[in-house]
Amino acid sequence: MSKKVAIVGLGYSSFRTTSQDVSYREMIFEAATKCYEDAGGVHPQDIDAFVACSEDFMEGISIADEYVPDQLGAVLKPVQSITGDGLQGLASAAMHVLTGELDLVTLSAFSKASNVLHYANVVSYACDPTYVRPLKENPYFIAGLEMNRYLYETGTTEEQCAMVTAKNKGNALFNPTAAYGAKIDVKDVLQSDPLFSPLKYLDKSQDLDGAIVFLLASEEKAYQYTDKPIWIKGLGWATDTPNLDNRLDGMGDAVYARLAAQKAYEMAGITYPRKEIHFAELDDTFSFKELQHLEALNICSRGEAGKLLEQGVFSKNGDFPVNVSGGSLGVGYLHEANGLQRLMEVVLQLRGEAGKRQLDDVETGLAFAWRGIPTATGAAAVLSSRY
Amino acid sequence: MDHKEFIRGGTALSEDEIKSGKIFVEEDALDCRYAWDTGVAIGRYLAELKKGKIIAKKTNCCDRIMIPPRMFCELCYRPSGAWTYVQDTGVVNTFSISNIYYDASRVPSGEPNPMPAVIEIDGASKGMGIMHLLGEVKPEDVKIGMKVKAVWKPESERTGSITDIEYFKPY
Ligand SMILES: [Zn+2]
Repeated sequence: MSKKVAIVGLGYSSFRTTSQDVSYREMIFEAATKCYEDAGGVHPQDIDAFVACSEDFMEGISIADEYVPDQLGAVLKPVQSITGDGLQGLASAAMHVLTGELDLVTLSAFSKASNVLHYANVVSYACDPTYVRPLKENPYFIAGLEMNRYLYETGTTEEQCAMVTAKNKGNALFNPTAAYGAKIDVKDVLQSDPLFSPLKYLDKSQDLDGAIVFLLASEEKAYQYTDKPIWIKGLGWATDTPNLDNRLDGMGDAVYARLAAQKAYEMAGITYPRKEIHFAELDDTFSFKELQHLEALNICSRGEAGKLLEQGVFSKNGDFPVNVSGGSLGVGYLHEANGLQRLMEVVLQLRGEAGKRQLDDVETGLAFAWRGIPTATGAAAVLSSRY
Repeated sequence: MDHKEFIRGGTALSEDEIKSGKIFVEEDALDCRYAWDTGVAIGRYLAELKKGKIIAKKTNCCDRIMIPPRMFCELCYRPSGAWTYVQDTGVVNTFSISNIYYDASRVPSGEPNPMPAVIEIDGASKGMGIMHLLGEVKPEDVKIGMKVKAVWKPESERTGSITDIEYFKPY
């Protein structure tokens, strides 16, 4: 990137499976207050612009943008809403700073999934009304189709997918923000209730409520707010066709991830991601997605992720730790805030503030988010503590 | 007359299809349900309405009395202070005579027109008010600046909703 953009503040509400004691506004206020204090006590009056990620159907409010300002301190300020994952929001917020006109930009996303009583309908309404919806099937069957094809094309096994769940839920035991940590093994996953074969109950992440807020700053201003700026080195995002049945590389591959990562690596000047990046926090909405995404992100070659996982490469103590936070399987599924949970872990690790799960000698990390079924949209960010 | 003569190629339309209007469109009825957590501020506000009271929140930062109450001041970005009751009377800030119902159908002549209004509540800070409806007043008699008072539902019918106040009337 021609100019540099830093993350100088991070705040989050407590993550919980339900959060009846606070409204979404009160929850975001908590996260934003922490973020501004984390950035040396900046007052939102001094912030130039605000980017918030949300999906109207998840909120039950159309033009949800209008409900953004109060809880972020953005009243009477430039506000932009992104109907997308938090990492797409990160790209937008970073571009605000890259214009050179804005020095301080807030980025936020939240989940109040517990308030959505008909979540399956919300996902169903994301499906094409002519080609998919009339089948009247639970939309999660799409995950079963994708998993089946991925296993078929790559030779990855259900056991290897189950191992992802066991690893991530185990990692989550060391993360105080995680709601779904558990000490389980491959057999537990394989014997969990079948959902959409080959997908089983423990192959799927579960909902979580929470809010996450970041503050981004220009290079000129970054050190005014923190001693430990985390630099955004590369960003990329991509969307495949919405037609489930004729995606470029079929349903077994994640071309959106490959293209998003290619762009992010190019910007960051990365040629060998497995060597030049030290760890990754990436989408594991379903266990197989972690393996599929690792391959698409060029951390390893196609069909290799399951084997490397078995060898411990992606474990907390492995060569290339993946989802040390616990990921969506261990922490929980935060909807539009999923990508920001990934970003949060990368920032904490790079700052050396990850507590018991702190990785040694990490300088550059990768965050990757997928927008969930039925989408083929992904966003990648490379971050580094090195200027 | 045979509709087929108007179709060049493609599929012919039946009389039934034309009558039912299902031509070149796909229909769906969306069904989404939500249960929004009211949280602290809205929760207390609604609970007090059920008791027939209107509660507000003070700010220590800029000395305002906010109605509806919120847990933080959106201007100073500080947590708000003490709860405080305000009056169930106020002044009409603005109003409109509505000729269209919620479902976009027209109000038939002779039927009362809904009269939505912003009421600046007595005891709250200047300009702080709530959105409600006016009643027991003819449209031609409504004026900006008019003093109004809440007409509450009987206690047994209140549910903890802004509709626990039926409307505001001049007093
Ligand atoms: Zn104030």
